[in-house]
Amino acid sequence: MLNYINSLLAIPRGLLVTFKHLFKPAVTLRYPEVKEKLPERYRGLHYLARDENGDEKCVCCGLCALACPSGCIYMEPGENQRGERYARVYEINELRCIFCGYCEEACPVGAIFLGKEYEFSNDKREKFIYTKEELLVPLPGEKKV
Amino acid sequence: MLTVAIVALVKVIVVLVIFLLMIAYLTWWERKLLAHFQVRLGPMRVGPHGLLQPLADGLKLLFKEDITPAGSNRIIFTLAPIITFVPTFMVLAVIPFGKSITLFGKSIDLIISDFNMGILYIFAVVSLGVYGIVLAGWSSNNKYSLLGGLRSSAQMISYEVSLGLSVIGILMLSGSLSLVNIVNQQDSILNWYIFRQPLAFVIFLICALAEINRIPFDLPEADNELVAGYYTEYSSMKFAMFFLGEYGSMINASAIATTLFFGGWQGPWLPPVVWFLIKIGAFLSFFIWLRATLPRFRYDQLMRFGWGILLPLALLNIFITAIIMVW
Repeated sequence: MLNYINSLLAIPRGLLVTFKHLFKPAVTLRYPEVKEKLPERYRGLHYLARDENGDEKCVCCGLCALACPSGCIYMEPGENQRGERYARVYEINELRCIFCGYCEEACPVGAIFLGKEYEFSNDKREKFIYTKEELLVPLPGEKKV
Repeated sequence: MLTVAIVALVKVIVVLVIFLLMIAYLTWWERKLLAHFQVRLGPMRVGPHGLLQPLADGLKLLFKEDITPAGSNRIIFTLAPIITFVPTFMVLAVIPFGKSITLFGKSIDLIISDFNMGILYIFAVVSLGVYGIVLAGWSSNNKYSLLGGLRSSAQMISYEVSLGLSVIGILMLSGSLSLVNIVNQQDSILNWYIFRQPLAFVIFLICALAEINRIPFDLPEADNELVAGYYTEYSSMKFAMFFLGEYGSMINASAIATTLFFGGWQGPWLPPVVWFLIKIGAFLSFFIWLRATLPRFRYDQLMRFGWGILLPLALLNIFITAIIMVW
């Protein structure tokens, strides 16, 4: 008998719980208008940094590609006018990338970073292979590719 | 004669249009209220606070492809949604939604037909809706649909008896089957039948929830076990008909509960029609509130509950009412 009464009382108790929820502010973020504040160490789309002279920092050592667990980094070395080694070709396949951030850890010269960009959906698979020009931080006054 | 016909026609059209509008905005209200119960926002994109969402949904359904699955019984498959959909409209005919008004020197009753057997008519018509569900489940050539249909029939035999018996108490007290008389008797709040027949009201409400297939008795649909239950195979306008029928019967159940237990359109200050709509709205919101709260019954539980608890209680209610009346 007590059991029955208890289970009957569960209904008004449940109704009260849902009723209280009715007056809580909604947790929904209205996405395109309102965006979530990303944490400091968020790992989004990569970018290649430049030094203070605006030159590419990357020396094409290949350590990032070695560290990469999904093998999504491809590079070909070249020599610039000053006779220094640099990445002639540097590509990241963002579809294969798992955004672990190991490349950033492995880089000895601090050239590659994971930024906070996460809105880079596209309609073709080929467009997800990001070239060096797309990854490099634009020079001041230069437009982003 | 002609004026009578015109008045009747105008009443029918007005009631139908308002009813359809109410169904459309009931879907919006349900989504909105349910969302806020779950700390979400619900539809926000189409119009301010998603107010145009029902129109967008209707338009979308209209343009969907109408599919009849292979191996289904074509005639019954087409007929089933109509069988569920039409009775919900027929119920409206006997529900009084206001006092008589005088227009152009003529007194007009705000009811489509003051039928002296209103309640019997309602119960007869409402129970037809189940046939649509069972036939839809059977004709779809789909196991989930069939299970939904079977559950619907199992559910129907468990609540229908108690539903009928729950209003007998009121009939005994009022001595009339006409809904107009029943409303007229509840002229002050103390005369509302909810206070004289509280047990009957609880039984009626539970059975009405089962009748309109709402949570916690939404066994024939049971989204998370049966895909979509009896209307799994339906699309386009046929699906829309089931949808209209479902929400329409929700409004009907509210209207009947209001009329029988909460004094119908009776109320102070505000116009009767407004009172009627307020009471219906309260019931509808309560149904949505229940949906946000309760889980679904298993169907053996439902049958045990229907036959083992509701039926004896309904009989007990009649018994007590009779004793009090004779006393």
